[in-house]
Amino acid sequence: MARSVWKGPFVDGYLLKKAEASRASGRSEVIKIWSRRSTVLPQFVGLTFGVYNGHKFLPVLVTEDMIGHKFGEFSPTRTFHGHSADKRAKRA
Amino acid sequence: MARIAGVNIPTDKRVEIGLRSIHGIGPARARKLCELAGIQETQRVNRLTDDEVIRIREIIDRDYLVEGDLRREVAMNIKRLMDLGSYRGLRHRKNLPVRGQRTHTNARTRKGPARPIAGKKKSAR
Repeated sequence: MARSVWKGPFVDGYLLKKAEASRASGRSEVIKIWSRRSTVLPQFVGLTFGVYNGHKFLPVLVTEDMIGHKFGEFSPTRTFHGHSADKRAKRA
Repeated sequence: MARIAGVNIPTDKRVEIGLRSIHGIGPARARKLCELAGIQETQRVNRLTDDEVIRIREIIDRDYLVEGDLRREVAMNIKRLMDLGSYRGLRHRKNLPVRGQRTHTNARTRKGPARPIAGKKKSAR
């Protein structure tokens, strides 16, 4: 079920402060965040966030299209390297 | 024969059924259309008067997104997800289920027919 509109989008409060601070200072540095659950808001457009995926902070440049999605969507948590061939098949 | 919404030529079925051959019109909308156009659902398509056909056509043009336009919108939405680099976009790119279903088994609708894996042991009966 979708979230109720009257609650507004969910964002962890400290993100707003971090974004604000980054805008005030000389921009262009990656803002490291752990809050994958937060919604991308219009005021984040143009900033680069390092979204933690449990391993690394993946840089995400926020564009207009991303508004309304969650940060976590842009930082995959799993790596799939493909399946290795079966041992017996290799020998043959 | 009645042409509605571009290329669609529903047959001599009941109106309620025939309208469903239009991409974007299902059971609910078909019934709604009949109601709005003031047509008996059980009437056959080939018995419709020209006037009734025109009325249906007008309602579809005005209210609903069907056929090519609908397909284009859906494709655009998917393309947007793919260009965004979001998780859902990645799943579309790889032709895997998008909404968190398991892929260990099943998921054949998205993955297509099973491909044999070289050297995999057949399970003993």
